[in-house]
Amino acid sequence: MSKEINHKEPSSIPPSGGWGGYIKDVYRGVKSLLVGMKRTMYYFTHHKEIITQQYPDNRETLDLPDRFKGEVVMPHDEKNEHRCTGCQACELACPNGTIKVITQSVILADGRKKKAIDKLVYHLELCTMCNLCIVACPSDAIVMAQTFEHSVFDRNELTKILNNPGSKIMEGVE
Amino acid sequence: MYRQTEIINDASQNPSLGGSGETGDLIINVGPQHPATHGVLHLVITLNGETIKKVEPHLGFIHRSIEKMCESLSYRQFIYVTSRMDYLSSHINNHACALCVEKGLQVEIPPRAQVIRVLMDELTRIASHELWWGAMAMDLGAFTPFFHAFRERESINDIMEETCGARLTMNYIVPGGVMQDLHPNFQNKVKAFMQLYKRKIHEYDELVTGNIIFQNRMKNIGYLSPEDAISYGCSGPTARGSGVSCDIRKIYPYEIYDKLEFDEVLETAGDSFARYMIRIREMQQSIRIIEQLIDNIPEGDFQAKTKAVLKLPKGDFYSRVETARGELGVYIVSEGGTTPYRIKFRSPGFSNLSVLDHIARGSKLGDLVAMMGTLDLVIPDIDR
Repeated sequence: MSKEINHKEPSSIPPSGGWGGYIKDVYRGVKSLLVGMKRTMYYFTHHKEIITQQYPDNRETLDLPDRFKGEVVMPHDEKNEHRCTGCQACELACPNGTIKVITQSVILADGRKKKAIDKLVYHLELCTMCNLCIVACPSDAIVMAQTFEHSVFDRNELTKILNNPGSKIMEGVE
Repeated sequence: MYRQTEIINDASQNPSLGGSGETGDLIINVGPQHPATHGVLHLVITLNGETIKKVEPHLGFIHRSIEKMCESLSYRQFIYVTSRMDYLSSHINNHACALCVEKGLQVEIPPRAQVIRVLMDELTRIASHELWWGAMAMDLGAFTPFFHAFRERESINDIMEETCGARLTMNYIVPGGVMQDLHPNFQNKVKAFMQLYKRKIHEYDELVTGNIIFQNRMKNIGYLSPEDAISYGCSGPTARGSGVSCDIRKIYPYEIYDKLEFDEVLETAGDSFARYMIRIREMQQSIRIIEQLIDNIPEGDFQAKTKAVLKLPKGDFYSRVETARGELGVYIVSEGGTTPYRIKFRSPGFSNLSVLDHIARGSKLGDLVAMMGTLDLVIPDIDR
């Protein structure tokens, strides 16, 4: 150690001087403590100003904002149809490989072949909720859900297939 | 852990490990699992009795190689990682990266996006300082202020949750503007927050600032001279507490900061109490900025039109912003492709931590907590 250690004498606030100053300091110190205690007592007696939420007892009434990013889901309508065309824009936009789009080619009624999704695999355990896939999707097929209690016992349960079994693409979505 | 034991046994006799060779030196480890270090910071402290002779920070416990990760991500994707650096001012980190990419792309940001960005930055600054205030008081033994601070911070988090969809890692500021438009409730909620803040701010002074125990533990503790603040590369409230004018918002104004009225808060005492007062007063300046903007958000687009795949021209780009902790610099070297060739983050926490050894020498071990608290260390920002 070539550098000299500079020993600074620890100092506190010097008393204002004499016995009078000492008593003044004690008075000021006690007063400052009482001011703080007054604030604490105010909240002790004013229960309505306390804003603690009783989670998880308030689960039913918990209202999360629409934009809350909890989990990626694919909405289906009552005919079990989704809007996903299988364009893989979300897969490209995702920074850490959370989404994997597995496509297949289906033969339409008029005999044409068309690309459609077989499975949209979503790894919740990798997802950072950055919202880039939702922004990238050209047909609004995927949205963010407001769920946030994601803990499960087995890690495999976090890998989800977003499209329902037997679902197909909505009419008119290109 | 075996290696650590070896250090402890030998260090007091070995000058290269920090010991002075004198008998009576004691080496203790604070952290990496210690409540006062606010994260996984490991300090090896050489003590003579109760007097600190040397503080040696050991880093790397939460190193995630963010700079290297960014090299494999595109210019839209890499911004989300930076929310994880200084997680208390994630908006401002995203802002710095977006500014750097925009500098390379040469895009004009719509005025609405600029105002939204500045509003979000200042809200984040208040939230960050409030968490610091609560944690700082808790380090010094006052538990109640923590809950008072979190009450106000909670209303900011609610605002963020409604507009950005997340409470901590927002990823809201993207190259070209912001990701989504403001929520319709945004203005009302911010106004309600400012009313709450003004109604409650005197409690901060009553509970902590005026408290005699707190003042005795802060005044004349951890003196940092302006020369040392500059030579160690300190920035933000740490340097401004020593009277060094270093507010990036004033010196190198970005976005619309040059059109706004606010003061650069400066204190000259250089001790822990000065650094404390800087942050308390800085919150009021942030409120002042929000007050000027909240009724004057211009109409228009919230995002400039950019290409689907961003490509920066060959060259290097640097941008800097003022986070809640100091100057954050983002340096991008581009080879013309879709991913950066190299990214370097100049994080404020790293430089501010380096001064800890200097200001702690000669003072008592109990004061180290007060010094660390006023440096406002966020460990993921230091390690990255």
